[in-house]
Amino acid sequence: MYNQITSNKRKSLVLITLFVVILLALGWAFGIYVEDVYVGLALAAVISVIMTLVGYFRGDKVALAVAGAKKIERRDNETLYRLVENLAIAQGMKVTPTIYLIDDPSPNAFAAGRKPEKSVIAVTTGLLATLEKVELEGVLAHELGHIKNLDIRYMTLVVVLVGTIILISDILTRTFIFGGRGKRENGGGGAILIVGLALAILSPLIAELIKLAVSRQREYLADATAAMTTRHPEGLASALEKIAKMDLPLRRANHATAHLYLANPFDPHVTKKKFETIFSTHPPIEDRIARLRDM
Amino acid sequence: MPTYLLIIIAVVAILVLWLVAVFNSLVTLRNRVHEAWSDIEVQLKRRYDLIPNLVNAVKGYTKHEEGVFTKVTEARANAMKSQTPAEHAKSENMLTDALKSLFAVAENYPQLQASQNFLSLQNDLTDAEDKIQAARRFYNGQVRDLNTKLQVFPNNFVAGSFGFKKEAFFDAEDEKINQTPEVKF
Repeated sequence: MYNQITSNKRKSLVLITLFVVILLALGWAFGIYVEDVYVGLALAAVISVIMTLVGYFRGDKVALAVAGAKKIERRDNETLYRLVENLAIAQGMKVTPTIYLIDDPSPNAFAAGRKPEKSVIAVTTGLLATLEKVELEGVLAHELGHIKNLDIRYMTLVVVLVGTIILISDILTRTFIFGGRGKRENGGGGAILIVGLALAILSPLIAELIKLAVSRQREYLADATAAMTTRHPEGLASALEKIAKMDLPLRRANHATAHLYLANPFDPHVTKKKFETIFSTHPPIEDRIARLRDM
Repeated sequence: MPTYLLIIIAVVAILVLWLVAVFNSLVTLRNRVHEAWSDIEVQLKRRYDLIPNLVNAVKGYTKHEEGVFTKVTEARANAMKSQTPAEHAKSENMLTDALKSLFAVAENYPQLQASQNFLSLQNDLTDAEDKIQAARRFYNGQVRDLNTKLQVFPNNFVAGSFGFKKEAFFDAEDEKINQTPEVKF
């Protein structure tokens, strides 16, 4: 558990470095396009610093805003509040996470934040309506597992940083393709422009792969943590089973925040074809249920 | 410098580094256990603070039930005096029993059962007890980690000579702490 925390801190740093490198490369390509490399690099440096700060300090707010989540107080839902509070104590956390509610019939939940003391948990109204108390406890324990393992720091950074790369590459690809014809005659940098274009097309792919590679192992680990804190793996297992059976996508599902959620917000079930399993942010739900029932 | 001397120095250096690592990790684990225990004490105090209010609420509605009240008050005073986890485990169980008889008495008074104040106190007490359970789980987990680290070979030699001792679990009758679900990846 404590090793996981160290590994998440390290991975967050690696992610930031990778983000800066990719952005500088994109900036360089843009610089060549506008025939002043320094302008491109300076622009990339400024954007990467700003977005890293935003990702680190405001990433949770971004994720909550994308989901349309609203903060709730103790008096709004005493049972939910107490469940979270007790699970936080059972995990030895000093501060109870702030709880947010997403008005959506699809049962799902996520956690975000840069450290456990400043973390948030968001659950959908569908989750509260669908699940029994022990099942809800399992789900909340899973989210608290992400918080305790410090998965949230990495996952929240990913929301903003990967989102930024995808957005910028998208803009650059369009610029290179649609604005490139006039320039090529006097510049003669056709080869470099192709490299730039390749870079712009490839970087969101790399960014997407970063997201995929990390989030699946995390889900299994958080499931295990939930089983250990609640001493009742069946709670989470049957919650996942219900979610799989409903298979109701989230109305405001977004690719930038998909990896944060308990179940894949686009396709809660994640089964069907081999292709989808490979490119899903989440492991197949049956596999998770089977592992929980095996504990 | 001859080779054998270098080898001896290297071996000693590795041994010292290993000792430092084991010692430091034991200190960390022991501090975590102590911290977890103080978390339990916070939750226990919450329950102690609720009990006088609860007793007063019940007193207002009942007659000739002094025996139950004294039993609860004494059990509370006794629990508050406890120091070690073992003492606490025993006195907390007694307190829980005393509270059970208090609620049994309360069942005979329908007016009390309908009182909003009594119901909210009862609710708070349940919550306090849930929180004690939660804090206890965390504490026992930390104790288990420390004790395992102390007992495994070759740490047990280091632990003994530096005076590290096994810590006591905070046991309760209703749950078997050794039954941790096995985790596989």
